[in-house]
Parts: sequence; structure tokens; C-alpha cells
Amino acid sequence: MYFNFTKYSIVYYLISGLLVSASILSLFIYGLKFGIEFAGGSKMEIGFLEERPGNDKISQALSEFELGEIIVQPISKKLITLKFRGVDEETHQKILNKLNELSRIEEKSFNYIGPAVGERLRNKTTLAILVALLAITIYIAFAFRRVSKPVASWKYAIASLVALFHDVLIPLGIFSFLGRLYNVEITVPIITALLTILGYSVHDTIVIFDRIRENILKKGMGQFEETVNWSLNQTLGRSLSTVFTTVIVLIAVYFFGGETLKYFALALIVGIISGAYSSIFIASPLLVSWYKWSVQRK
Amino acid sequence: MATKYYIFISVLILAILAGIFSYPKYFNRGIDFLNNKLGWTLPHFWERPYILGLDLQGGVRLVYQADLSSVTDKIGAMSGLRDVIERRVNMFGVSEPVVQIEGQDRLTVELPGVTDVQQAIQMIGQTPYLEFREQKTEEETKLVLEKIKEIQEIQAKKGDITKIKNWQLAFENPYFKPTNLTGKYLKVNGARVNFDQTTLKPVIELQFNDEGAKIFEEITERNIGKKLAIFLDGNSIIDTTGDGKIDDQDFYNPYAPVVQDKISGGKAVITGEISAQIANTIVSRLNSGALPVKISAPISQETIGPTLGSDSLKKSLIAGIYGLLAVVIFMIIFYRLPGLLASIALAIYVALVLSMFKLIPVTLTLAGIGGFVLSIGMAVDANILIFARMREELKAGKEISQAIDEGFKRAWPSIRDSNLNSLIVCAILLFISTSFVRGFAFTLALGILISLFSAVFITRIFLQVFISPKIEKFKWLL
Repeated sequence: MYFNFTKYSIVYYLISGLLVSASILSLFIYGLKFGIEFAGGSKMEIGFLEERPGNDKISQALSEFELGEIIVQPISKKLITLKFRGVDEETHQKILNKLNELSRIEEKSFNYIGPAVGERLRNKTTLAILVALLAITIYIAFAFRRVSKPVASWKYAIASLVALFHDVLIPLGIFSFLGRLYNVEITVPIITALLTILGYSVHDTIVIFDRIRENILKKGMGQFEETVNWSLNQTLGRSLSTVFTTVIVLIAVYFFGGETLKYFALALIVGIISGAYSSIFIASPLLVSWYKWSVQRK
Repeated sequence: MATKYYIFISVLILAILAGIFSYPKYFNRGIDFLNNKLGWTLPHFWERPYILGLDLQGGVRLVYQADLSSVTDKIGAMSGLRDVIERRVNMFGVSEPVVQIEGQDRLTVELPGVTDVQQAIQMIGQTPYLEFREQKTEEETKLVLEKIKEIQEIQAKKGDITKIKNWQLAFENPYFKPTNLTGKYLKVNGARVNFDQTTLKPVIELQFNDEGAKIFEEITERNIGKKLAIFLDGNSIIDTTGDGKIDDQDFYNPYAPVVQDKISGGKAVITGEISAQIANTIVSRLNSGALPVKISAPISQETIGPTLGSDSLKKSLIAGIYGLLAVVIFMIIFYRLPGLLASIALAIYVALVLSMFKLIPVTLTLAGIGGFVLSIGMAVDANILIFARMREELKAGKEISQAIDEGFKRAWPSIRDSNLNSLIVCAILLFISTSFVRGFAFTLALGILISLFSAVFITRIFLQVFISPKIEKFKWLL
């Protein structure tokens, strides 16, 4: 079985272009909802032992504390999350008492993040993402330094970077959309997942590029397009298997792993699938397109 | 020839030990059973607990910001602060509290199992911050008083006070300014209650260490005939107004004790309208550790209820077990005999990682378990790469043992590159240093390193031992 991958390059570019622009559009229109660890504020998870009062009732009961905008978000039948401005421990206890008057409750968790903490974390995270991108680019350029013909090693790096942006933008877009629909927030776990995707996506691309490198060394550098196609066919089984094993593990986490890990797993699932897609259908075809273009120009 | 069997047996022994070590319950039960039945006295296997993070066992995490603006030795001040708070927290009777300096000026306090947060915060925060303040010059006082007046006028008109130049000045104490003499110069147990010989009222005696004594001498020398105020947690502890109460009024009132003469020897006596009871509290608080630097209320607080913790632990473990089973089933269906061997290697991998968790020890958090579960999925990646290569070599007509060797050799560069890359990302993640990220990155990195050993080394030995030329007849197994 041999499949000519690069023949339909234009179709993949279109699909990815569409997905990426939809993501960017969603990011522009809806933006991202940042969790309190970045934005600062208080977050409370409350379990009701008896019947859960309506959201309005809860907001109303808490109005005396001047909590700013109160977001009441039901998680399950008896579980809610409350989000409001940052409060000290004294107010926190008063709020608990007030809620207890409303209906008997059990506090599952409480989180307060001061504004300075959020800011520091934002800066650190931004820096970490930039450093990660830089380190990965340098790494790829280094790994492929010996292959300079017929396509220069930095072109491999650029192609994997394009794939990288693709793999990060799509989950981001999905989360911006989910944020709009279900108030899903960008939390530290989600950022962690995105950074892991950076590593994973490159991981996939490296395996394929490695094969291309090997085949070029073995068969010489004529017929670059065929070599790429041949390499893709050889690595396809492995790519699918790896994605499959990782994704089934993550699906188990998504369904059984509890609330905290749920969206973390979702971000990874989306990122890893898109990572596998992009290393086969974006990164490698890009190399070929680029090669053809530069040949034509000569 | 025989070496591979030796290695194989060593791997098996290692695997069994790791398996028992990571979950010794049943093994020890078996030992008990044998001891009972046969009257032996076999010892139990070495038991070591997993250390669970706050999110899995419930508890409180508090982050404090220290005010280091007036300190020159910032690192020393922070470690002093940590020691004092550690002492306080230990008095609280929490099992395994963690007090850590974070960055330059932050302190994280983790109290597992604590549910009464308010009390905990009080315990930590109420540690007194003792400081001596000297009188401001008349011009300085005038400046502040004028500014206060100016601000009051603006406030009366509901104007924006921040538009006034130097508006912050109005919030300073008009009469006193801080000196560098603080509670950190107090001798160990250097505070005690005494009674004034003539008035019979309680007084607090303070004894400074050598450095403190020198500073105290300088301060008293330059302030002879002037007032010296003693502040505890930003408030005067001397009833300067003489109304029998210590309140906000004393903070502003300029009637503080007057320095009669230069005092050498580092001994100060605080007199005033203090009841014996209050004097005792202040003294015991001072002795249990005056904070070397100021901290405010926690800038971040995280409370996890005990039910949520155990619930999360259970759920994440179930997810891990299902994930592992799914991977094993997949591997056996798609890669048959090698898949089965890789699955055994994967089980050994799990036992090894769990053993490392206990040995290092790693504080297990939800994120850590997440990273571990993800690493299970990634650990087989190396095997998949190798097996895919092996099949290619077999198809190309190579002999089995040769195909195995070639498969490993050719898959290695990819395995090395991609895992190195993941390790780079882990290192960068560790830099963010939020507890979630740290837990995740650390377990993932540990997982990657151990998976290289299990997927490459252990699987290879298994293949070499189990797949002999005899198996040629059952080629479908490969």
C-alpha cells in the first residue's frame, strides 16, 4: 500500500487554514477566559447536602458582601462553583455561614489569588512559552544540521514551527469557544497541556523528518517529493499507533479522572490529534511545496 | 550467549522487588499468613508510604508576601522568616507541614489535613512584628499633617486624592518614623514580664543581642530628650494617651516614653498601662519568634476539603488503570507477541515509577498522576517505533534476531531525539514552578527517563530471550 500524500497538499492546507482562521477569529471575538490563578479573585466549590438553591437565590444571598460580579456555575446536581472578587479569610467564613443558612453545605475547596500573584504567573508563563518555542526551534535546527541538501536544515525547523503554531492555535481556539459556551477557563493545567503539546507535536514531526533524513542519506537526494512520500508511508503506522495509545489513555482521564483533570485531558487530546495531523499533512507537504517553489524559481 | 539470561533474571528480580515495594500490602499479608501457619518469623517487606500532595489529601496552602523594602540581607531575612513560621506551624500540630521560600520574597505554607483555616491564618499571621520608632523632626511632622489636611479637604469634596502630589505621605505616621531596630535583634527568649518596683505594674523587659544592643545604643544616643515609640504589628503597644486602652489613638499620639539617657547593654523596659495578662501574651509571642520581616494577610489561599481530596485520588487512579488496560489491549492486538512482551515491560515500568515515587520521595499531586498516566501512553511509543521497524526488516527478508537488532538500532535516533525534546519541555515547565506544573513536569520527566530503560532495555532483553529462531514457524505472532 502506497499513498501519495503530497499530491493533495492543497486540500490539507485548506482544511488547516480554515481551522486555524476559525480559531484566530474565535480568539479575536470571544477572547480567552482566564482562570483566577491568572486574573486574581476567589473561587469556591460548594456541595449542597440537601437541595441546591437557584443561582439567583445564591447571588442574592451574597449581595451584602459586595463581591462584585458573582459567577455561579453548576457542576453537577448538588455541586456548584462560585467565582467573585478576592476576599480575605474573615469574609470567606461569613460567606460560608450565609450559604449555610440558605441550605446545608459542605465546602469542597476554596481558592484565593491576590492580584500580584496572578500578574507574576502571567509573566512567567509568557516567558516559559517563548523560551519553549525558541528552545524547540534551536533543537530542530541542530538535529537536522547534517541534512542540508536538497532542502536546508533551517527549512525543516520552519516547517515544524508552522506545524507547532497550528497545533497550539487550534486547541486555543477551541478553548476560547468553550469559554464562550460553557465558561471553560484557561487555567494552569491548560497552559501545562499546551506546553506539553509543543513538545509532543515536535516529537511527531521529528520522527517523520528523521525518516526523511535517513532515506535521503540512503537513496540520494534526487526525487525529493517521492522520498518524503515514501517516508510518510513508512512512518504512518507508527504515527497512528502512538497517537492512539496516548489518546486512549487521555480519554480515560477525561471520563474518569475527575473535574480538575478533565479539561487538561481535553486540551491534550485536541493538541495531540492536531499534532499528528500537522506532522503528516502540514509539516512534510510544506517541505515539498517549498522545495518545488525554490526549484521553479531557479 | 548466557549473558542475556543473566540480565533477564536480574531484570525479573528487579521487577518483582519494585512490584512488592510499590504495593507491599498483599505480600506482607502473605508473610503474616505463613508466619501464623508455620510459626516462622519472616520480616515484612520494607514499607514506605506514598506522600500525597494537598490536592489529594485535603488541607490548606497559603502564600505570603514579605515586605523586604527595609532589609539589606534579603536572603537571610527570608530564611529567618521561614524558620519562625515553621516553628509556629509545628506548634499547630500538623503532620508534615511544608514551609518554603518561593522566589525572592514569597513564602508558601502548606498544612495538610487542616480544615480550620481561620485559626491557621491567625496562628501564622499573629506573630508579632516588633519595631522601635523614633520621633520625626518638626518639619517632617508638619509636612505630613498638612498633607492629611489637604486630603481631608479633597475627600470632603469627593475629589480624587491620588491627584495630589505625594498623597501617600498622608498615610504615614506623622510623629514617628521607623528605625532599623526590630524584633529580629531580640535575644532568644529575650522578652520577659517583670513588675515595676514602685508602681507594682507589669513591665516588659527586652534583651537584645549584641548587634541589637549596638543599634539600640545609637538610637537612644541620638534621641536623648526625645520620644521613642515601640510598635507591635504596626500598632503602638504603649498606652500613650493614658486613657487605659491601647487603640488606634495611641498610634498617632505623640506621648511615647522619653529617652532619658543613652542606653548601653541592650536592655529596654516597656512600661505602660498593660495588664499582666496582656503582658504575658505579648512576651510569649515575642519569644516564640518575632517575625524578622513584615508579612501581610495571605496573598493567595487554597483550601481543599478532605472529601474532594480522596475523591480526586480515587478518580485519577481509576483513570490510570483504565488507561493502562486500554494500552495493553491495543498493544497485544496490534503487535501480538512483541506487544505482549512490551505490555509486561510496561507493567514493570509502572512498578519502577511507583517505586521511584516512594524512594525519592515525590509528593504526588493530581497533576503528577496526570503526568504519570500520560507517560504510560508515551512510554509505549518507543516500543511502537521499534516494532514497526522490526516488521519492515522482517518484510525485507531478514532473519528474526537480525531484525530485532536492526529494529532497535534504527529506531534509536528517533526515540532519542523525541524524548530529548520532551525533556526540554519538561525543564521549561519546571521553570514556571507553580505546584501543578512542577508536579506534572517532574513526574513526566521521571516517566520519560524510566520509560527509556523499560521500553528499550527491558523489551530488548525480553525479545532476545523469548524470540528464538524456533518461532519462525509462528511468524504470525510477530
